Amino acid sequence: MAYLDINHVVRKFGGLVAVNDITVGLEQGEIFGLIGPNGSGKTTLFNTINNYYPANSGEIIFKGIPITRMSTHEICRLGIGRTFQVVKPLKRMTVLENVMAGAFLRTNSATKARDKALEIVDFCELMQRKDMPAKSLPIADKKRMEIARSLAGDPELILLDETAAGLNLKEIDAAMVIVKKIRDKGITCFVVEHVMKFLMGISDRVMCINFGAEIARGTPKEMSRHPEVIKAYLGEEYVKGK
Amino acid sequence: MAKKSWFLPAILGIVAIALPPFLGGYFQHILILVMMWVAMATGWNLLGGYCGQASLGSAAFFGLGAYGAGMLYLHWGISPWWGVIAGPLLAIVVAIPIGLVTFRLRGGYFVLSMLAVCETIRIIFLNWVEMSAGPLGIVIERTWGMEKLPYYYMVLAIAALSLYVVYRLMKSKFGYYFVSIREDQDAAEGLGIPSTKYKMYALIPCAGIIGLAGAFYMNYMAFIEPNTVFPLIISATMILSVMLGGPGTFWGPALGATIFVLLSELLRAFAGPVIGTIHYLIFALILVLVIMFLPNGIAGEGDKIKRLFRGKKPVYVGGE
Amino acid sequence: MALFGQTIICGFLMGGVYAVIAIGMTLILGVMKIINIGHGHLMMVAMYVCFALFTSLGLHPYIAMFVAMPCLFGIGYLLQRYSIHRVRFVDTILPQTQVLLTLAIGLVFVEIIRVIFKSDFRSVYTPFSSKCLYIGDMSISLPQLISFGIAMAFVAGLHILLTRTDFGRSIRATAQDLDAAKYMGVDALRVSSLTFGLGMALAAAGGALLLPIFYLFPDIGVPFTIKALIITILGGAGSTVGALSGGLVFGMAESLGAVYWAPGYKDVVGFVIFLLVLLFMPGGLKTVIKR
Ligand SMILES: Nc1ncnc2c1ncn2[C@@H]1O[C@H](COP(=O)(O)OP(=O)(O)O)[C@@H](O)[C@H]1O
Ligand SMILES: [Mg+2]
Repeated sequence: MAYLDINHVVRKFGGLVAVNDITVGLEQGEIFGLIGPNGSGKTTLFNTINNYYPANSGEIIFKGIPITRMSTHEICRLGIGRTFQVVKPLKRMTVLENVMAGAFLRTNSATKARDKALEIVDFCELMQRKDMPAKSLPIADKKRMEIARSLAGDPELILLDETAAGLNLKEIDAAMVIVKKIRDKGITCFVVEHVMKFLMGISDRVMCINFGAEIARGTPKEMSRHPEVIKAYLGEEYVKGK
Repeated sequence: MAKKSWFLPAILGIVAIALPPFLGGYFQHILILVMMWVAMATGWNLLGGYCGQASLGSAAFFGLGAYGAGMLYLHWGISPWWGVIAGPLLAIVVAIPIGLVTFRLRGGYFVLSMLAVCETIRIIFLNWVEMSAGPLGIVIERTWGMEKLPYYYMVLAIAALSLYVVYRLMKSKFGYYFVSIREDQDAAEGLGIPSTKYKMYALIPCAGIIGLAGAFYMNYMAFIEPNTVFPLIISATMILSVMLGGPGTFWGPALGATIFVLLSELLRAFAGPVIGTIHYLIFALILVLVIMFLPNGIAGEGDKIKRLFRGKKPVYVGGE
Repeated sequence: MALFGQTIICGFLMGGVYAVIAIGMTLILGVMKIINIGHGHLMMVAMYVCFALFTSLGLHPYIAMFVAMPCLFGIGYLLQRYSIHRVRFVDTILPQTQVLLTLAIGLVFVEIIRVIFKSDFRSVYTPFSSKCLYIGDMSISLPQLISFGIAMAFVAGLHILLTRTDFGRSIRATAQDLDAAKYMGVDALRVSSLTFGLGMALAAAGGALLLPIFYLFPDIGVPFTIKALIITILGGAGSTVGALSGGLVFGMAESLGAVYWAPGYKDVVGFVIFLLVLLFMPGGLKTVIKR
């Protein structure tokens, strides 16, 4: 049994099958990438993992514990952190307060939470920003703050949803460094990404989905040559890129 | 998250303790009302301003607190001063199931469901005559007769206690969680914050504080009936005080409540004799204007104003 | 058995009037996505307009309503255009600014009415106020029957307005998807202002229909706001057909409660229904419950 087991998960919105019978297992300590065209159901899969949207059928097991019916905050306490594709900063709180809100998951003391938050803010290279209200951060820092906030709760698995979307090349490189650093801490990373460069550079394994269903799986290299993937996804991207 | 400054509270505290003995009965009465509304606005702010669950039915807790005290006397002849325990207790005991149901609703639906709850409680207290004496109300003997000063110190203690409770809560984990829930409930859940549970943690002290003010009201006014302790106008006044002073700020509600009481007493004194209820109309107009033009209250917009005066530019870099 | 039948019919007739008020709220909720807490208060204003026309000119409420409705339409239009809409995009600490604003506006109207008419109870006595029809042992109040008839005429008229006219179509488009409607060239502010006016006019109609069977005082609004919201929720937010059936069911339940439980608790019945639905039928309430 894998570390995170997703078994035949289905999620529908009305008649639309957003996640269609996905089965995948993540190993502890790896960076697992998930790619797919826009609207293929990547975010929805994340949302079923931490039960923002309950799965219609199928089962999700984390560290041997079935979490399919657990509530979002319980799943987080169990050790699954996440970030949001459409960032959700706690707008009127400062960066440090945002990260403290995450750190309180493992402590009741404000002093300890502050120390922990400072450590994580430093880890994510947000020190100069720490006293700014979250709403006034540029997008790249908002995304990074979300990672920090999630890390502050000491997750064992972190779900990163399009961390690189909307960033410039330099910012993407910085984000890649951070993801690697997170993995080096021993945290398993489940990364959804639209920016190919990002995933190819860091992931151990990649899965590609389209219309909610899996179409290919393999190493980053295999994926970039896989005809189905190119057809579904890279094809148009490449054409546009040139 | 409240600012760490002891100077202002110390001065205020000394004035609040030392000044009233030198004032006349009428001004003591006004100060009593000020302190009562300070406590209530501060309590409302905990759930509404910090936790983002604006309730239109908080008069329910006020009335329950008042009846908690009054019914002790009505049924068992026990001194209504025990109401300072029984009142908040009753308010909290009723608040818990209310919260468990209404917190399942979001936004405007929550606002209005609390109003429905309050109306329901008012109707029950009007109709269940064996329990509450119905529309006849409850009359008690005032402990200190016409003297105001002891009541003043009593309510001063209540106001100070409520400020202290909110201050301590907001400096702890609770405060961070309350504000997180207000800012983005989905994000909060994703950070492992059980939002319904923490809304309950905000509701309980909120109900307790407002209930305590209600129990005091019973003792001070010596008369209550359902239509005077459960009306919408009491809930609306709490909202006005908070919105005027600044929701989600520590001193804002107290400031707003003070301005509100002084203003309405002025209006009552000068406009009242001309047109009976016109001060209510002016009150409602102020509420409209505050919501439209000063939605973050004096304290909330105060940061902006201060920054202007100091000539410093805001530190914002990017923005949305 | 006669009592039961009469109770049901009486509630059914009353429910038709409630439905008109609730449809006003549903429309506003659908298009503006806010709950109008001033709904009942403004309905009360319309009732006083009719009352004033009755005492000064002797106009029957069924006629005076055609003055009250345009008045309230205008008030609603101006309120949305120049007040409520303004706070829509203001970034505030307290969420729900618009909802609180509707409350404040409602209170302003209550207090204006109180200054003019004082807090006294009023009623309108018309020649057939106490007339009844008899079916077997059951007696049915004539004004209730007429009010119900007029209410249904309004519901039908509204249905035609919403389904057959351009204005109705733009209302429905805006309710479904504001952004899409904007792309299609709908002037959102104009539509929402007209919708708020229309909602208020419907509340005015409901108020006028209540006048011959009800008494009147400035604080009468709150229970009606709550009833309208409960009906809206029962029928599914934003649905006029839902509001109609919700209103009829609600009217009957309330009437049964008043007769078989206690008249004083009549207004609690709706709340109990609301609670039960909330606790045991959350699936039917997808739109209002979190997630
Ligand atoms: N809350 C929702 N309600 C209805 N449909 C949704 C909802 N969330 C996502 N969808 C639909 O599900 C599909 C997958 O969306 P998403 O998971 O966001 O894709 P991705 O993240 O891969 O871009 C899309 O067609 C989208 O329109
Ligand atoms: Mg996505």
